[in-house]
Amino acid sequence: MTATTMPTTTDNQLTAGQLPRFSAIAMLVVVVAVVAGVMALFGTPAIGAVVIVSVLVFLAAMYALSWAVEGSRRAADRTAGHVVTGFFVLALLPLVSLVFSTVAKGLERFDVQFFTYSMRNVIGEGGGAIHAIWGTIIVTGLATLISVPIGLFTAIYLVEYAGSNKLAAAIRLFVDVMTGIPSIVAGLFAYTVFSLILGPGTNSGLSGAIALTVLMIPTVVRSAEEMLRLVPNELREASYALGVPKWLTIAKVVLPTALAGLVTGVVLAIARVMGETAPLLVTAGITASMNINPFADPMATLPVFVYYQYMTPGVPQDPFYARAWAGALVLILIVMGLNAIGRFIAWKFAPKTGR
Amino acid sequence: MSKRIELKDLNIFYGKFHAVKSVNMTIEPRAVTAFIGSSGCGKSTVLRSINRMHEVIDGAYVEGQVLLDGVDLYDKAVDPVRVRRHIGMVFQRPNPFPTMSIRENILAGVRLNNSRISKSDADELVETSLQGANLWNEVKDRLDKPGSGLSGGQQQRLCIARAIAVSPDVLLMDEPCSALDPISTLAVEDLIQELKENYTVVIVTHNMQQAARVSDSTAFFNLKAHGQPGELIEYGPTEKIFHNPEQKATEDYITGRFG
Repeated sequence: MTATTMPTTTDNQLTAGQLPRFSAIAMLVVVVAVVAGVMALFGTPAIGAVVIVSVLVFLAAMYALSWAVEGSRRAADRTAGHVVTGFFVLALLPLVSLVFSTVAKGLERFDVQFFTYSMRNVIGEGGGAIHAIWGTIIVTGLATLISVPIGLFTAIYLVEYAGSNKLAAAIRLFVDVMTGIPSIVAGLFAYTVFSLILGPGTNSGLSGAIALTVLMIPTVVRSAEEMLRLVPNELREASYALGVPKWLTIAKVVLPTALAGLVTGVVLAIARVMGETAPLLVTAGITASMNINPFADPMATLPVFVYYQYMTPGVPQDPFYARAWAGALVLILIVMGLNAIGRFIAWKFAPKTGR
Repeated sequence: MSKRIELKDLNIFYGKFHAVKSVNMTIEPRAVTAFIGSSGCGKSTVLRSINRMHEVIDGAYVEGQVLLDGVDLYDKAVDPVRVRRHIGMVFQRPNPFPTMSIRENILAGVRLNNSRISKSDADELVETSLQGANLWNEVKDRLDKPGSGLSGGQQQRLCIARAIAVSPDVLLMDEPCSALDPISTLAVEDLIQELKENYTVVIVTHNMQQAARVSDSTAFFNLKAHGQPGELIEYGPTEKIFHNPEQKATEDYITGRFG
């Protein structure tokens, strides 16, 4: 009987026992039920304790079962797979919980008024974040306009012209150092620059954009450098061999080939700085009114709007909290939208391989 | 169209490394010249020095002269970009531009240089170049499809068509068939035979039969020892090199009794 259902190496060198596909899921259900049942005997168990004990028991039980039926190599393979899956779920939990709570709490004020009104003359309920939405678009837009050319040309210099000279090594070092700058330091830097030029205490959208630029340039340089290095040298040589000058080779062969990756890198850099709060707190500041002039007066941005709504609520507090959650939801949606656009562009411009 | 190349006391360096030592040879126009020799003996390096592709590598430089119909390509007044417009090159691995269609690949030499070309001229150039590379019949219905979708042999012929579309005087080929199957190799070899009517063709190959089949003259390069610069050992009509070589090293290499 055992020989037919569970062939061993003695009757055939090439076959081995196999557990059915659903065995892992079935085992998980059984283990959770048993662990919860046993722990319930000693009083109501904490969910965390049940999860941790269940996972450990499941790993041990599955290993033992697989070892008995499939052999030690398969058993080790299964255990490794379960551990990897477990950590993946662990990493996913905060993200899912964050998106869930933001959507749940943000939808309350996710209405037309939120997208048409500013906070001008609003002290209790109502009001909106249109001024902060425009502020975020203007500030990150300006930061992108400044840092993408600088970052891209730096990357082109590093990959295409510098080779391994000392200047390139110095630039790479500084870019790495800049990646690690705390964002508040970037904000204070921009604040100081504008205070020195225009007098102390000036807030403006432009100073916010400068602060974000400091954070954005290293990200753009790094990603663009990686992407340009991925372009095969053979394509550059093919272009040179046709008598094409170096700058045209870069402009018409290297950049188009790397375009998809470059766009993705820029979009990720924008998404990264869009949610920055600390540097904008000290530079762009906050205002209740619409201000679309980045060169003068404070400009509200979504992260700072959320911060003030949540940290300094009026009475009653609930409308302020609701606006904060709606602001956070809008910010997440904008970032997700940017990612989607980036992916679309990357897909659209990716080198064609179809037949 | 076709021009004579003379190498005079050519020494080639990669930084401090002396790669090739004093090469003297004359490459005849309207003929196929093959470079043979073991790996690392400098034949590709010599080939790349003929259209100044050699100096694309950091720290690489050349001493001596390369004359194209009497004009020294390494003269200070010479622009390497212009040299490459006269001396085309085909590489070991087919390298069509992945962002471009078949048609755009052929026109790359024109378009990338920002030159304007009328639609009818462009159509004609695409057709003559592809016909010149024996590829027209296979791709004429899908000129707007990406060049990277072709088979390896077709891609290599596409690269040859791209190289001849800028009407060079000389065509350099660096092991053009080493990544191809025998049938594609045959197609490319037939093409080389046709190309020599109009161009000076120089081909680097590891395949001795190929050198014997396609070339009029053969140059054998070798190293004295590892770390020493490569040298031109013997150069002459292919018939003579293969049947009656003067040097012992050449005979050993050709008969496979090497090293």
